[in-house]
Amino acid sequence: MAELLIKNGFVVDPSQKMNGDVADIAIRDGTIVEKVGSDAKVIDAKGKVVMPGGVDIHAHVAGPKVNAGRLMRPEDKLFKSPNAQEHYRVEMGFSIPSTFKTGYDYARMGYAFVMEAAMPPLHSPHVHEEIHDTPIIDEAALPVFANNWFVMEYLKKEEIENTAAYVAWLLSATKGYGIKLVNPGGTAAWAWGLNCLSIDDPVPFYDITPAEIIAGLIKTNEYLGLPHSIHIHQNSLGVPGNYKVTLDSLKIAEGVKANNKFDREQVMHSTHIQFHSYGGDSWANFESKAKEVMDYVNTHRNITVDLGCVTLDETTTMTADGPFEHHLNSLNHLKWANTDVELETAAGVVPYVYDKDIKVCGIQWAIGLELGLYAKDPSRTFITTDHPNAGPFTRYPRVIKWLMSQKAREATLDSLKYCSKVIDATDLHGIDTERTLYEIAQMTRTGPAKALGLSHVYGGLGPGLDANVAVYDLDLNNMPTDPEEIEKAFSRALWFVKSGQVVVKDGEITHHGNKRTVWVHAKVRENHQVTRDIQDKFLKNYTLGIGNYPVWDHLAPNPYVIEVDGEA
Amino acid sequence: MATIRMKPVKTPDLFLECFCISPDVFAGKTPTEISRLEVREGKARNELGDFFDIAGSSGKTAEETDIFIDGDCSRVKYIGSKMTAGSVTVNGNADMYVGGWMKGGSIHVRGNVDSFCGLAMEGGEIQIDGNAQNYVGCAYRGDWRGMRGGTIRINGSAGNDIGTFMLGGTIIIEKDAFIHISTHAEGGTVVIKGDVQSRVGGQMVKGDIYVFGTIEHMLPGFKEIGTVDKNILGQSMKFRHFIGDLGERHPKKKGREIYGNLYLRAS
Repeated sequence: MAELLIKNGFVVDPSQKMNGDVADIAIRDGTIVEKVGSDAKVIDAKGKVVMPGGVDIHAHVAGPKVNAGRLMRPEDKLFKSPNAQEHYRVEMGFSIPSTFKTGYDYARMGYAFVMEAAMPPLHSPHVHEEIHDTPIIDEAALPVFANNWFVMEYLKKEEIENTAAYVAWLLSATKGYGIKLVNPGGTAAWAWGLNCLSIDDPVPFYDITPAEIIAGLIKTNEYLGLPHSIHIHQNSLGVPGNYKVTLDSLKIAEGVKANNKFDREQVMHSTHIQFHSYGGDSWANFESKAKEVMDYVNTHRNITVDLGCVTLDETTTMTADGPFEHHLNSLNHLKWANTDVELETAAGVVPYVYDKDIKVCGIQWAIGLELGLYAKDPSRTFITTDHPNAGPFTRYPRVIKWLMSQKAREATLDSLKYCSKVIDATDLHGIDTERTLYEIAQMTRTGPAKALGLSHVYGGLGPGLDANVAVYDLDLNNMPTDPEEIEKAFSRALWFVKSGQVVVKDGEITHHGNKRTVWVHAKVRENHQVTRDIQDKFLKNYTLGIGNYPVWDHLAPNPYVIEVDGEA
Repeated sequence: MATIRMKPVKTPDLFLECFCISPDVFAGKTPTEISRLEVREGKARNELGDFFDIAGSSGKTAEETDIFIDGDCSRVKYIGSKMTAGSVTVNGNADMYVGGWMKGGSIHVRGNVDSFCGLAMEGGEIQIDGNAQNYVGCAYRGDWRGMRGGTIRINGSAGNDIGTFMLGGTIIIEKDAFIHISTHAEGGTVVIKGDVQSRVGGQMVKGDIYVFGTIEHMLPGFKEIGTVDKNILGQSMKFRHFIGDLGERHPKKKGREIYGNLYLRAS
């Protein structure tokens, strides 16, 4: 019996309303328990902050587009690839780190779970191979549905039961976790060289609107009672004035109640909301509409959001929003990769430099933070950078620093070339809110775990939960006056225990962990029509046979399957 | 000025990665300290002193430090990379990445160099008495930010991919070059005093290319617009003036499109 006791730390765990209470955390066989025997190994956390392991609700960390980014950007590795330490693998890359660096860096920050935010179903074997190759962290992946031929055909006829049967089949076939929507309808329109820039633009050929796709998938999700809600990347991403489209899309969730057995309350998770909170009608009069968007989110409890903060770095954008990447490439003239995924989706990859000397980048940076500061309920607003689109995930500690310290925000604001123009176009300069450690824990632990329907595993330190515990070098009674110390503490955990195993000590990796892949198996009534439709499309349209489509079990050898009874 | 003298005493089996051979690193160090600097041969960590006898003295700053390597460095990479001041002289050949990411100072190689000489260079001067292999003054693999400033002069000939993604600075090739000159360039000047085979200025947005000899195959994206008299490197000559690459995007300045210029010596 492996026992561990983390003693005397300031425990910050919103799931138990603990705000720096000095307490011990007892661990036995990978699970948090009430108490352990006197032989337990002791970690002294006196004077340090103890938090549950972090939960990242949205990052692009595995799969073909991440790999395309790695292939097309050898320069991302230049001088950013530390030589291997004994017993550990070489780490490479910055914005699109190698699988090993991904696992190691998340662990160093004390993160236990990461959601791969867009899995093209056809390429799910690749996604799972890469997930398996990423050490330490638990991962799950969201297959994309909103431009899928089956989904559009069923929803056009308002066949929720059929859509649900198809979704359940696809989740099992791809070992997926939930329903992801990327630019609903717009990516399908991209096959005709078009886009859907509002939720009422009809999708060519299918004659369905993004609004109908969104509403239909919300219904499908709640019909099945999946642990996570729909997870949506809305239409019109990154376009000045798009906040109206954002509000229109959010309104689709109005009045819908969550139906699930996983303690999830929201019916829509709107991701990287920073990219969707833009005012103005061109880059010249581009401005923040963070307040308008957050005011709406604050008053609607059935919506959660994540920030997608711009971190002012050189990074690599990658999304299933094919038309957006084409648009971005015509702005910056750098490299562009584009692909179509048969009946399902598309994707694009373009490098991007969020330059401090460019006005628009400064405004984008400010919008991300404004959203995080305007949020009235931090347990519904999560910290992300839409890794790697707005910045690499390794910058989460920096985002935490900005949210916790006005001084740090002002210092960065002063370093922008168009500082006064950024101040004019945003409210950031006037906001004196400083997030507390408790709120940061809500935004990075408890909140995302609950939104994913995983609060029975992650995001807390209550008995029975998975023993993921991070100890940070911060003294709650004597918080550093220099905000850089906050960033440093969150970048390198003093200790990180993942599923009961010490994986990080003094910011260095000590163990390769017990990685798991989480997916959802939704049971539905046998549906002959959907079964026939699937077989039909594989015969007529797909380039491969149905037998070669599902992810083989050996590609995900450490499964953690969540059973959902969609018949009930 | 103080000089550090290095003499190769052992040829590595593989290739040595010597990021440390730079006045910036050597400045303020004794020969003993310098001989302990880390160099890599494949995955093996070694000390510089395992491969070189090191004598002389270094200056307090890079500016006051000269490095003289008396012998063949055909298997030594990254000589003078990232240097900002001072000088490096190699009395022999050198391998890849001579003066890569260099910001200032000067490098003189009395023999030949391999590829990637002056890669992504920002300033300073490189003089190669012999020939250069490929990728003179180009961008790092995948990168779109190539040479920004400084001068590279190759007294012999050079291979392919010269000045790829060039943004500024000057490259002079005294003899011939093979293919791909100033591909994707958005600035800078390349002068080739000999002949070039083909693919000159492909996808070029801005910048200047001078060819004193002949171009065997012109790219179809270049259009001849007239003849001009130019004084280049102290020589006055008549050139045929081409603009291009017409297949590429071109920025506008005061309402007029800016093109890459290709000057081919009129016969």
